[in-house]
Amino acid sequence: MSAETKPLTWRLEANQGRPLLDIRAYEALEGYAGLRKAIAMPPADVQRIVKDSNLRGRGGAGFPTGVKWSLIPMGPDSGPKYLVCNADEMEPGTFKDRMLMEKLPHQLVEAMVLSAYAIQSNKGYIFLRGEYYLAAERLNKAIDEARAANLVGKNILGSGWDFELYVHTGAGRYICGEETALINSLEGRRANPRSKPPFPQIAGLWGRPTIVNNVETLINIPAIILRGAEWFKGLSQGKSPDSGTKLYGASGLVKKPGLWELPIGSTGAEIMELAGGMKDGLTLKAWLPGGASTDFLLPEHLNLAMDYDTIMKAGSRMGTGLIMVVANNQSMLAAVRNLEQFFATESCGWCTPCRDGLPWSVKLLQALERGEGKEGDIQVLEQLTRFLGPGKTFCAHAPGAMEPLQSALKYFRAEFEAGIAAEKIAVQA
Amino acid sequence: MSTAKPNPKVIVTTRGESYELATADREAIEHAMHHYDDARAASIDALKIVQARHGWVPDGAISAIGAVLGIPGSDVDGVATFYNRIYRQPVGRHVISLCDSIACHLTGYDELAAAFRQKLGIQFGQTTADGRFTLLPICCLGNCDKGPTLLIDEDTHGPVEISQISALLEQYT
Repeated sequence: MSAETKPLTWRLEANQGRPLLDIRAYEALEGYAGLRKAIAMPPADVQRIVKDSNLRGRGGAGFPTGVKWSLIPMGPDSGPKYLVCNADEMEPGTFKDRMLMEKLPHQLVEAMVLSAYAIQSNKGYIFLRGEYYLAAERLNKAIDEARAANLVGKNILGSGWDFELYVHTGAGRYICGEETALINSLEGRRANPRSKPPFPQIAGLWGRPTIVNNVETLINIPAIILRGAEWFKGLSQGKSPDSGTKLYGASGLVKKPGLWELPIGSTGAEIMELAGGMKDGLTLKAWLPGGASTDFLLPEHLNLAMDYDTIMKAGSRMGTGLIMVVANNQSMLAAVRNLEQFFATESCGWCTPCRDGLPWSVKLLQALERGEGKEGDIQVLEQLTRFLGPGKTFCAHAPGAMEPLQSALKYFRAEFEAGIAAEKIAVQA
Repeated sequence: MSTAKPNPKVIVTTRGESYELATADREAIEHAMHHYDDARAASIDALKIVQARHGWVPDGAISAIGAVLGIPGSDVDGVATFYNRIYRQPVGRHVISLCDSIACHLTGYDELAAAFRQKLGIQFGQTTADGRFTLLPICCLGNCDKGPTLLIDEDTHGPVEISQISALLEQYT
């Protein structure tokens, strides 16, 4: 219940859960102390502490942040570089970054300035989804306050280093969360993903080296600098080889949906306990561990540690770590149809398997849902999970879409089979 | 009689509609351009500025924005048509966006959507006859602990019960 154990949300607890919007109130709770400490150190040392902490990307992919940073060219001749915060939170079932930005805007501003210093960037953008109006207002106010306090702008804290920070608001489309699509969108283009390599760390925004980090990832960093890599590693309390805490959450028909900061590697069962369990009269049928693009898991998987590697071994991904539950009286077929409709709508249309394959899966699922499926439809769906899988498409959108489908086919095949029309009956009629 | 000298600020579209950016809008676009190393990056900002004035982005504004940013109007329209929060046709005074993603699907979206369609007498993508409301779908609003959820203009509401719809709509005249 303190700065020592909950680096993400302790200030909210100290402020009785109320948003911490004012810079003086934030500074009274160790605000900008991490930045002040970092700016007195050589940037390479700041990078090393983040690398040693083993912080992994909280946007869903789990890539080590320090490793990502280490790919950025450094030195006096390295030219313009950009730091971009991926605040385009649109993964269905995910509401953690909204809470962090609405309630702790200065914590993100501090994290951005500190991280930009570590990679010696002079300009940064918070790519915020357009629908987060309140977050935009509060972040802009926080940036203005920080600028007035010489924490953003020219010669920050007398260091001789300049950094400008802007909030860029988007205008919809899930694909903007993909980091190269995000860069295209930020440049004022259609958000089609780019070919990789080159990776953004080498050629990103306007062709320059660019780091894209998620909100929750960045927000950890001031505390890591203030308290050290070893402290951060210890936060998982032996529950996981991963470091730090995680904002876990639950939605669906649970008694108390919400968000909780817990040691990373806490179990699904612990999250469900905080959520008060399923609503009265319902039992758990299946759950998505961290967004629409993760494989379904079963109740028996609730005892697994919610960390990147454990959930991967169970055949899914931790993703964003906010679980969604399907109740015993809810249809898996309808849930999967809803998921694939989402992915089909949000496909950017750039590559054929995704543009054509996803609507095809929706048509098959709708037919099954109406009980009008044909023999072979399930086999076509299985084929699609391979044809739209990893390595077959331009980006991770379609492979992500196939995760809930393939796992639902694996665990709940009978529900799909029940959607095949009984042809003999049709003939007799 | 001599013909008037063409005003370079006035854009005439192929359909013959003319459009001139309001001074305040032009200034706001030019201000947004300074945030970026390339003016094109202000495309979305510019479209939002024009949309804030009209509720949508008329054809003529597309080329007018392109002229300010120094890019072809076709590029501006490419952006305008890609993003679902930019409207290229008129909408009602208030836009209701119902989240139809999985968390809301699991907490009652289907029933809520049916109730909204019935209450407003329109389908998704349509505007009420009095021009008051447009009903649109939207993907996950990041308010999943309060599903089913929706956005009216810039306000997020949730969880929304069917019995609350009338009172909710009364807030938007």
